[in-house]
Amino acid sequence: MSESFDLLIVGVGGQGTVLASNIIGESCLIEKRSVRSAETHGMAQRGGSVETHIRIDGKYGSLISPGTADLIISFDLLEALRYSHFLKKGGKIISSSGIIVPVSAFQQNLEIPTPEELIERMSGFDLTVIDAEKIAGEAGSLLSQNVVMLGASASALPLKVESMTEAVQSLVPPKTVEINTRAFEYGFKAAQNNIS
Amino acid sequence: MSERYLLGNEAIGRACLEANLDFASGYPGTPSSEIVDFLRYQKEREFYVEWSVNEKVAFENALGAAWTGVRSLVTMKHVGLNVAADPLMTSGYTGIKGGMVIVSSDDPYAHSSQNEQDSRNYAAFAKVPCLDPGDIQEAYSMMVSAYDLSEESGLPVIFRPTTRICHSKSNVSVGESGQEHRTAAFEKDPKQFVVIPVHTRVLHKKLNEKQKGLAERLVEMGFNRAEVRGKTAVVAAGISASYVEEIIPDDVSFAKIGAYPIDEEWLGEFAGKHEKILVVEELSPVVENVLRQVSCGAEVFGKKNGCVPYEGELDPASVALAFEKAGFEHKYEYTVPEPVRDLPPRPPILCAGCGHRAAFYAMKKVFGSKAIYPSDIGCYTLGIQLGTVDTTICMGASITVGSGIASAGEENDVVCSIGDSTFLHTGINGLINAAYNGANITVVILDNRITAMTGHQPNPNTGMTAKGVLSPSISLETLCRSCGVSFVETIDPYDLTGTLKMFEKAKAKKGVKVIIARQPCVIDAKRSGIKRKPVTVDAEICTGCGLCVKFGCPAIEFTDKKASVNSLCMGCGVCADICPAGAIRPEGKR
Ligand code: SF4
Ligand code: SF4
Repeated sequence: MSESFDLLIVGVGGQGTVLASNIIGESCLIEKRSVRSAETHGMAQRGGSVETHIRIDGKYGSLISPGTADLIISFDLLEALRYSHFLKKGGKIISSSGIIVPVSAFQQNLEIPTPEELIERMSGFDLTVIDAEKIAGEAGSLLSQNVVMLGASASALPLKVESMTEAVQSLVPPKTVEINTRAFEYGFKAAQNNIS
Repeated sequence: MSERYLLGNEAIGRACLEANLDFASGYPGTPSSEIVDFLRYQKEREFYVEWSVNEKVAFENALGAAWTGVRSLVTMKHVGLNVAADPLMTSGYTGIKGGMVIVSSDDPYAHSSQNEQDSRNYAAFAKVPCLDPGDIQEAYSMMVSAYDLSEESGLPVIFRPTTRICHSKSNVSVGESGQEHRTAAFEKDPKQFVVIPVHTRVLHKKLNEKQKGLAERLVEMGFNRAEVRGKTAVVAAGISASYVEEIIPDDVSFAKIGAYPIDEEWLGEFAGKHEKILVVEELSPVVENVLRQVSCGAEVFGKKNGCVPYEGELDPASVALAFEKAGFEHKYEYTVPEPVRDLPPRPPILCAGCGHRAAFYAMKKVFGSKAIYPSDIGCYTLGIQLGTVDTTICMGASITVGSGIASAGEENDVVCSIGDSTFLHTGINGLINAAYNGANITVVILDNRITAMTGHQPNPNTGMTAKGVLSPSISLETLCRSCGVSFVETIDPYDLTGTLKMFEKAKAKKGVKVIIARQPCVIDAKRSGIKRKPVTVDAEICTGCGLCVKFGCPAIEFTDKKASVNSLCMGCGVCADICPAGAIRPEGKR
């Protein structure tokens, strides 16, 4: 609500939301902009739903209030819908097309919404869906899905693609720089095609 | 100076380097754990770092170190300060020589805690200063000054970041690591360090005499500051100040409280210039109580008239709501959108292949749903999803609560579960007590050889120090026997048959029975390269009974009335033993 660009990254514990947040933070440092972020730690990491709030150009607290986020990047379609009330009017959601079904759903025989239903329920939003798993595979490693999602979000973020690429390369494990650079590029292209 | 993107806890750790820290101890607890984790991995400054077995031990270690003149740090979470409360209450009396900072991280909203207590109350209780940073940059600079303040006042200082400081990140300007190292030398001074009554009475008076000067000094140091801009004012403490600053109009006065004790004269003077004052702070009305005492004339809004909640965490929108309730204007309009309600929940769960799940499963099978299951604090509290966690109150209370229930006359079996780290923390006292007083309980030590929930910190059972140096790992078996328990058995929870048998054996016996269920934490096992073949389900044989799904392993899925196994499988093989049809088998085998 202030002058900051407010972004929520959501997903399931273990999907690499922390690295994604670090890449955005590092991009902000490269561009000499202030940034605030808030992360879920502790027990939520054990397969639970995770959220990271990031405020690019943020000068105050790190928390984004519901109804005020400019963008949601989601690593899971179900989580995209779960956090969609954080979005402000005119905000945007970029989500991976995959769903990790919560164990509770199997145990309690809960109705698991299909991807089509989830997409339908988000039809009121500006939604882009990316097959991150497939693209990550093409880039060379399924582990690079988080970087694919960042690439796919790059044009919706107020950051330069060059600084994000530089941040990716400085933060991923040295052996995976090539794969992740490719993952970022492929994600970026996929989003471009999706929007057109 | 350099600019970094740091987690609040990393910034707090870095500040210790600049402050020439020589000694650090702590007990892991969310949200405080990353401070010591940062210190043990950093390479810029060499000094002593330990993970202690509990907070009282950590506190007393750091206090001893500070008595020798070096600068010390002790970290814990808010509830950990309860464990260390005994030495804390007297540490203000004895004071310190080298600077000592006690980090006690508070957790408003109890994101990962059993309660929402406010460490600022402890500071007032112990009459020691308390610093309450408003953002990460301030956490950094305050932490550096905390050491100067501690030495200047001769008192340990409580540093109280909240979850939203500890686990937020921001760009932070940080200074260089200090190069000064002090030599520890304990100078005998019984009048200061031996609190027999005749010394205590003098020390208490001295401590009280320090309070006024201390409060004034905190204003001088800029931790408590105020700006008069109009006839109405907002006073905010800690992180709440950053939420207030985001929405406060330019013509409303603002006072930021970052340290305690608050100088009442200073605050009274500020209050006197205003007609209406709103106090915004999380948890206890610490500032509000002082303000209400000193603000003759001004109308005060806060928790006591329902404008600010007593529970939970604030954010800009909830602070805006407090402004509205008090009739104050604010800069932004917040809507209150409803979250989507009908989605399957995704709570945290035990990992695929976690040995705790297997141990709980066997426990439930043998002792049944009538048995009482007191448990404790750790990953394994998630056993609540398997119906084997009936009580949890605080670290180490599983055995004590369990023996209380049993000795009160409860007729059903009492089966306590406790982790290795928690057992060494304060569980062991309960075992000594239970054995000595002849309780009738089964104690299952869920031994994954590490303190897993807080991020895999080593403990005396791991066989490694905080710095990664190998050390003798404790023998839980010998330890339990020496507590007076004769039934002490060790099992591998992956061996379901053996585990069930051992639980049966324990069930048949009276007295205190200890079963140590040992299997390394799967995350740790994976990191250290232990690989097991994943299992597969033969769809032809699977009858769709769903027993494996009830087990709750996240690697088992159930679609179209058949089970299947996904890539999370760690190959523990327990589900293969559970499946009555024999449909689950290690990959490649037939
Ligand atoms: S073997 Fe079975 S219980 Fe063990 S991790 Fe794999 S699916 Fe889960
Ligand atoms: S327990 Fe065996 S038979 Fe039953 S659903 Fe699971 S795999 Fe199929």
